[in-house]
Amino acid sequence: MQALVIVAHGSHLNPESSTPTYAHADTIRESGAFDEVREAFWKEEPSFRDALRTVESDEVFVVPLFISEGYFTEEVIPRELRLDDWEPDLWESDGTSASQATLYAEDVDKTIHYCGPVGTHDAMSDVIVKRAESVTGNHDVGDGFGLSVVGHGTERNENSAKAIEYHADRIRNMGRFDEVKALYMDEEPEVDDVTDYFESEDVVVVPLFVADGYHTQEDIPEDMGLTDDYRKGWDTPAEVDGHRIWYAGAVGTEDFMADVILERAAEAGADVRDALEKVREATGGVPASGD
Amino acid sequence: MAATDAELAPDQFEDLVDAVTGGPVELDGLVVQYEDDGYVFEVPDLHREHLSVEELERVAAANAEWVSNWHFWNVVVGGEGTARRAFLRWLEATDEHSVRARYDAMRDGGIHHEWGQLHVTVELGEVGYRRYELRHVDDSEADPDELTVHDEPRDLRDLSKYDDRGRYRPLKTAPSLVDGWVLPELTSGELKEALGVVYPATVENWHREHEGNLDVSHWRETAERQTGIYGVVEELPREAVEWVTEAACVDSQCLKRREWEYDEDDDLETPGGDGPFPCREPCSLVVAAARKWTKLEEEEEHTYEFDLTPSEKEQLEAIVDTVSEGRTDEIREADVYEGANRYRARYLRAKRFDEDGNLCGVPTEE
Repeated sequence: MQALVIVAHGSHLNPESSTPTYAHADTIRESGAFDEVREAFWKEEPSFRDALRTVESDEVFVVPLFISEGYFTEEVIPRELRLDDWEPDLWESDGTSASQATLYAEDVDKTIHYCGPVGTHDAMSDVIVKRAESVTGNHDVGDGFGLSVVGHGTERNENSAKAIEYHADRIRNMGRFDEVKALYMDEEPEVDDVTDYFESEDVVVVPLFVADGYHTQEDIPEDMGLTDDYRKGWDTPAEVDGHRIWYAGAVGTEDFMADVILERAAEAGADVRDALEKVREATGGVPASGD
Repeated sequence: MAATDAELAPDQFEDLVDAVTGGPVELDGLVVQYEDDGYVFEVPDLHREHLSVEELERVAAANAEWVSNWHFWNVVVGGEGTARRAFLRWLEATDEHSVRARYDAMRDGGIHHEWGQLHVTVELGEVGYRRYELRHVDDSEADPDELTVHDEPRDLRDLSKYDDRGRYRPLKTAPSLVDGWVLPELTSGELKEALGVVYPATVENWHREHEGNLDVSHWRETAERQTGIYGVVEELPREAVEWVTEAACVDSQCLKRREWEYDEDDDLETPGGDGPFPCREPCSLVVAAARKWTKLEEEEEHTYEFDLTPSEKEQLEAIVDTVSEGRTDEIREADVYEGANRYRARYLRAKRFDEDGNLCGVPTEE
């Protein structure tokens, strides 16, 4: 038997934080790829500490629904899952290239395939583009458009910015958008000045966040000047300094994220071939670039 | 009871014969095995041997309850050694009651259990299959017509997410589960899933406790494990941990039975609670709150002087008490006899607070 455990941050305050995690887990559950699919959270229940004991399978694929490699994926999650032999070097990652490590969790006597976060998977670039398509309602969006990938950014963890830049570079190399730029909430270049960084009149802004919440629904829209009060909402597109800003919700809420989670597990050796097809059908996904 | 004697489906008998091929079958008083000259069939008060397969089928049909019981546990439920199986067998108290007694009870109104604020009923379905019903304990006597019927364990995700005032429940085992719903026909697997939605990991930790291998992490160990912004909690004084558990872990706040203490040989005085499922370590909510309390406990005490009437002092105490017990909603609009009544509080504020919100105009010293 094989199980999938999706680990995510969750929240004590925001009831919607876990919504995308459950939605993607449900999609995968319905595909029948795993005998068991479980969600686990840092701030909700089941906790990371108790998650592995809630599955009966001997082989467990753990996929972090996190954006970047760093404090959570390298330190908190392995510690709380009690993956005693874990060390970040096992991922052999340059900061965005973690795939998986096979470990043993003694408290539950199970083999654990600990995967890299979904946020750094190549297919995430496609999810970001898909988000741009949905928010503009244009399947071929790109020509005449700028695209900004927005990350949290944090000086404590350089990998946080690396993940954002990684996807911005990949999308730039697709040659689809006129301009592509990585912007941040907490560091330069800041999303507050979004219009300074683009010549294109139309700019799609996609926040690389797992869930919608305070940052994506309050902070960023106000900081960019889409609205002076998030409670009043904003237009899509919104006029700011002579630009039209097409602001998409958190990338993690895109249905296609379920595919990325499955891809992560498949790379770690999970037998999910038939399910990938089913999930792609359900989410309208496309094979990850580079396949 | 003749009506139940026929309650064995052909495939159940085939499963039994298949199982016996692999060795003796033994469960809850039923023994079936193959010896050189035929099958042996045994239940309490009956021993038959030298049976042909046709004779075995007739004997099995005449003792259908024993066979369907074996079939349910070993073919439908399976999972030898799992928490799921142990929990389902505990619901029926299989080690205390005979198959006949359990079947009678399941037929006659069902077997009932409470699990936190959940009321679980096990009833007998066809050919020995069990049917599980789940509802809120406050609805245990309710007419099913008065309850909203749900079929999917997943429906409980939204039902258990908010309390009856629409507030988010960050702690799943808080005693604030809403009532008014029923999942009337769950399979054993669906029941386990439903319990996992409402009270995650409680069945698994209950099972570990039953098996004597619950891995408790006491306060010290848990606090020392923390890093990042939670690294400070290990500095929380021991007496404050006592107050933390009184604030957040007693039965009025959380239905888990606290099994962790300050340290392995250093128990806390706060009662652990009486619930069926254990709490094996401080949860994320307690750790996050403890971080705040650690910072607050770092402050020095100051002596302030306030001029209050005896009733005003008592009123402040009543307000703290009412908020602590979550009773603010119960105080009637015009009940000015309650210190925590809104008009009373506003009057006190008007009289005793200055324009900066300082009590009696006394500034807060940093």
